Amino acid sequence: MSGFATFGNELYTGKRSYDFVGAKKIWFIIAAVGVALSIIIPVAKGGFNLGIEFRGGSEFTVSNVKTTDATIGEKAVTDVVPGSVPRVANVAGNTMRIQTDKLTDDETLKIKQGLTSAYGVTDNEVTSTFVGPTWGADVTKQALIGLVVFVLLAALLMALYFRTWKMSLSALAGMAVTMFITAGVYALSDFEVTPSAIIGFLTVLSYSLYDTVVVFDKIRENTSGIDSSTRRTFGEEVNLAVNQTLVRSINTMMVAILPVGAILFIGAGLLGAGTLRDLSLALFVGILIGTAATIFVAAPMYAWLRQGEPELVKQARRVEQRRAGAERSAPASPARA
Amino acid sequence: MARTGRKKPGLRVLVWLGVILAALTAVLAGGTIAGQASWAPKLALDLEGGTQMILAPKVEGGADINEQQLNQAVAIIRQRVDGSGVSEAEISTQSGRNVVVSLPGTPSAETRNLIQASADMNFRPVLLNGDGAPVPPEKRTPEDQLPKPTAAPANSSDTNWITPEIYKQFEALDCNSPAAEKSERSDPTKPLVTCEPATDKSPAIKYILGPVEVKGSNIVTSSFQLQQGAQGAVTNDWAVNIQFDAEGTAKFKEVTERLNQFYVAAGGESGTDPKAQFAIVLDDQVISAPRALAVITDGRPQITGGFTEQTAKALSDQLKFGALPISFDIQSEQQISATLGGEQLRMGLLAGLIGLLLVVVYSLFQYRALGFVTIASLVVAGALTYLAIAILGWTENYRLSLAGVAGIIVAIGQTADSFIVYFERIRDELREGRGLVSAVENGWKRAKRTVLASKAVNLLAALVLYFVAVGNVRGFAFTLGLTAIADLIVVFMFTHPTLQLLARTRFFGEGHKFSGLDPERLGAVPLYRGAGRVRTPEDRPVVVRSKNTGAAAEAERRMTIAERRLAEKQEQLAGSSKTSAKENK
Repeated sequence: MSGFATFGNELYTGKRSYDFVGAKKIWFIIAAVGVALSIIIPVAKGGFNLGIEFRGGSEFTVSNVKTTDATIGEKAVTDVVPGSVPRVANVAGNTMRIQTDKLTDDETLKIKQGLTSAYGVTDNEVTSTFVGPTWGADVTKQALIGLVVFVLLAALLMALYFRTWKMSLSALAGMAVTMFITAGVYALSDFEVTPSAIIGFLTVLSYSLYDTVVVFDKIRENTSGIDSSTRRTFGEEVNLAVNQTLVRSINTMMVAILPVGAILFIGAGLLGAGTLRDLSLALFVGILIGTAATIFVAAPMYAWLRQGEPELVKQARRVEQRRAGAERSAPASPARA
Repeated sequence: MARTGRKKPGLRVLVWLGVILAALTAVLAGGTIAGQASWAPKLALDLEGGTQMILAPKVEGGADINEQQLNQAVAIIRQRVDGSGVSEAEISTQSGRNVVVSLPGTPSAETRNLIQASADMNFRPVLLNGDGAPVPPEKRTPEDQLPKPTAAPANSSDTNWITPEIYKQFEALDCNSPAAEKSERSDPTKPLVTCEPATDKSPAIKYILGPVEVKGSNIVTSSFQLQQGAQGAVTNDWAVNIQFDAEGTAKFKEVTERLNQFYVAAGGESGTDPKAQFAIVLDDQVISAPRALAVITDGRPQITGGFTEQTAKALSDQLKFGALPISFDIQSEQQISATLGGEQLRMGLLAGLIGLLLVVVYSLFQYRALGFVTIASLVVAGALTYLAIAILGWTENYRLSLAGVAGIIVAIGQTADSFIVYFERIRDELREGRGLVSAVENGWKRAKRTVLASKAVNLLAALVLYFVAVGNVRGFAFTLGLTAIADLIVVFMFTHPTLQLLARTRFFGEGHKFSGLDPERLGAVPLYRGAGRVRTPEDRPVVVRSKNTGAAAEAERRMTIAERRLAEKQEQLAGSSKTSAKENK
């Protein structure tokens, strides 16, 4: 811990500094590549692994099974619907999940009976779900509407709070990167995209902006008197703010990700697929990327958007002049930094 | 250390928080004692077990559905579900297009079909009626005396429709016991044996009806009003008006021409020929069977006879539903048995608990004793959230779903973040060389803004998700919003006042090694250290200038060590010794 505190001190005073803003080209290129890959991968793979809610179909859940043999479940389905290819999975300790294509009511009842006797469970331990493909489409549509509304309102809120649209835009850029790469990770890992995952996804966007707002608040504080200061250029000031909030960023990320990770690894390990796992995976990935996007994309982008402003160009020149002057007047300066 | 007016700042706020918590607990306790609330939060169907169906309404002819029609659809389904004896059903509309029906337990195939079926209204002529009770078996018409059709029926009022089977069915029918709902709708081209259920005013009646003659979809609209007497004066009797479309008008004219003949032949007002009646049939049950007193040529019949305002409105509404033959496609049907939900909940809570534990360990590791403030704050936030959920469950019927549980678990991290932002700001202030008391105040001033701004983003997201979202997204969003508010209350009313108090304790105030606010560890060395220790210039990392030089000084205070040294050197060179680091009190 003392190591971490020292780390924090050094970041705070500027003794230790990571050049997030100066090396922005590298980060932007990495982010751009990440985003590009996130678009290319799903296209190349032929889309996401969509959950049953998007494809449509029937799903059975058998709890308290005596055996977790998948072939029993497959047979129970193929006995009723020959030629179908059911997906049978052990989703929790002794719970089986069987997904099929869309079935008729009659077939559903028959398979339900078949599963009851095949797994040796009672009637109410087999549940059936029928999901129409339009359900997923509805969720997606609503999610998209929600996304657009949220982005517009959040952009407005931030522009008003920070009194500059450039912060708003940078924050949204960070969020967009988070969004694309999270989706890309989903496509790459072949995790099922379910409505729960979509919920998680929307929450990630909120987290991403939340994280950015905290860091930007510090940036605003540090740059509030930039016009009359000759200590640092605007970009350096932004970079210092990011460094000064780095410990906060790491701590926040850790604290946010620990419970989510608990659900993901403990919950999913014991429970298998389900609302909790789908939600927590999206959150887990999104929080990691969201934190990184604030530091590597949003903050450098803000510095980049503003560095060309005439006022700041002038200020940067003054900083240079002062530094040159300081060099001359204090040649023996112990330049340790 | 300088003292502000009050001796223990923060104490009053803490007392207020205690009052709020006590009041909420009292409200909940009161509700529980009164038997209306319960200590446990209400669980949604996914945790309690039950079935949720999402229905997409379909209007005949594929027309789009408007909100009013959707609300009618909800009313229709509610009527059906309540009628079939299932209690505690939740029926609501979703995103202005779908109807969500949530039923506890597993609905029977009959219930499912009932929910799915379209509101099926039509007009059939009455062929025969009788007392609602079943004819006792010994009194039933013997096989050889059953009415037999002598010819193919000529029109819908022809008694040749009555076959021996239909007659037997009619005799056996019991209209006094609740009708076992039929899963299939009747064939409109065949006769129908059915009941008019008993009402307050009249006993149950059973009917044999001819094939459908006018469909409900031929109704344009329906209204009800006080009946007008012969002189145009308003009477006290209520009447229901129907307005048919062109097709309905033509057909209804034809029907009333035929039925009115029976009416007149049977002796008009005093006649009893059932064939003068036409039955209005909704979902295969007769809701009214008036007689055709006249030939209606304009498609605007008026039904009169013993209506109250209430019954007139009811019939008028039913006729409107009939004008809207909505059927439903089950888009998604989810049966969640309570055992599965319970297991998920248990695991979810377990995961949440472990997650909480990890957060505790991490905060203790990062913030030492200050970590306990985090933990206490989380406990208070948890208590607030719990009370809010339980009370909302009572007053607003808010039910906690699995997605909601996930929302709470996710909120642990977001709640703890407010403390992190605050603690880091305090540390920043300590690094500047401030004493703890002023570090807490100054840190709070800055953290407050950040916390408010960032929580606004959280709340915004929760609100948008809540209002735009579908299904279980709402539960999740609601919980997220709820915890965000609880978090704000806790940071303002618990964490900050607690730190104000703690800052005045020796343990924290003197920066004990384990307090998490040890200035030495934070790289700040205050001027007065006691124990004979003298601060050397090397120890002094920060040159704190006058505190009130405004925003411009802000940037200067945040120089790198190298810059500070440089600045100091310059100052020394200039002969000015501006090094008196002050506590700024």
